[in-house]
Amino acid sequence: MSARLAPGDRVRVREEQKLGHVRTPDYVKGKPGVVAARLGEFRNPEDLAYGGDGLPEKPLYKIGFAQADLWSDYDGSPNDILYIDIYEHWLEHVGEDA
Amino acid sequence: MSDGHEHHGHSHEGVVSGAEGGYYAHRIRAMEALLVEKGVVTRDEVRRQIEYMESRTPANGARIGALAWTNPEYKSLLLSDTKAAALEMGVDASGPVEFTTVENTPEIHNLIVCTLCSCYPRAILGRPPDWYKSFDYRSRAVKEPRAVMREFGYEPPESVRVAVHDSSADLRYMVLPMRPPGTEGMGEEQLAALVTRDSLVGVTVPQSE
Repeated sequence: MSARLAPGDRVRVREEQKLGHVRTPDYVKGKPGVVAARLGEFRNPEDLAYGGDGLPEKPLYKIGFAQADLWSDYDGSPNDILYIDIYEHWLEHVGEDA
Repeated sequence: MSDGHEHHGHSHEGVVSGAEGGYYAHRIRAMEALLVEKGVVTRDEVRRQIEYMESRTPANGARIGALAWTNPEYKSLLLSDTKAAALEMGVDASGPVEFTTVENTPEIHNLIVCTLCSCYPRAILGRPPDWYKSFDYRSRAVKEPRAVMREFGYEPPESVRVAVHDSSADLRYMVLPMRPPGTEGMGEEQLAALVTRDSLVGVTVPQSE
């Protein structure tokens, strides 16, 4: 499985609720972000954690979010940013270069 | 033990670390005993892994940081391939987990957290501090990083962008702090003393006294 997203792509994190060893925390679900980097491909922790082989490997991306997009009451600088590593199957592509 | 604890005639199973612990310590020892019994791991492997982890300390990060401050070539290796840079300092961080070092600059200050658990560059720095694993830090570092840093005694200027890195997946993050002013004449050892564990997580910055 090769990476479909590229740095600069605008994405949204899927809203899905899924139990288990999910590495996508709730606070970024449904939020708009931008692909900052491709991080390679890794075994899927959602399968690996329960005795599976985690295959096929999933592309992983570093996603940047404006803090103001995550928290409506964020009181730092408007330039503050949060980066988090998200697997491709949790990302919706919403547009090219931000 | 000199705490007046009474031994009421039961037989001891030998010296077991954390034997006095609470629920989780009991649970983990029960799991260990089962894994040993079923032949999944040996006690020797468990002991070796503990020794491996205990041999990692923030001093590794301090040496790495100090060398990066004085040697531009090493710094670029650290920022592009943290595992290779660690190995060059005798720290074996090989394994499936990747390591990334993020650099503080006059424009950007980095802070590391793991909201989902306690992911930390253990193979280099050893075990994370207790506060790093606390619910309080994990929930607040992403939402109010500036307030959290203020509590650690550091307040980045408003003009500096704060970048929080939530290590949620297969990468572990470490911060390369900025070399403080007034340290021009210092040697590597003196510089390493300035690179504290907390500055490698990003909650503070090195102070030049």
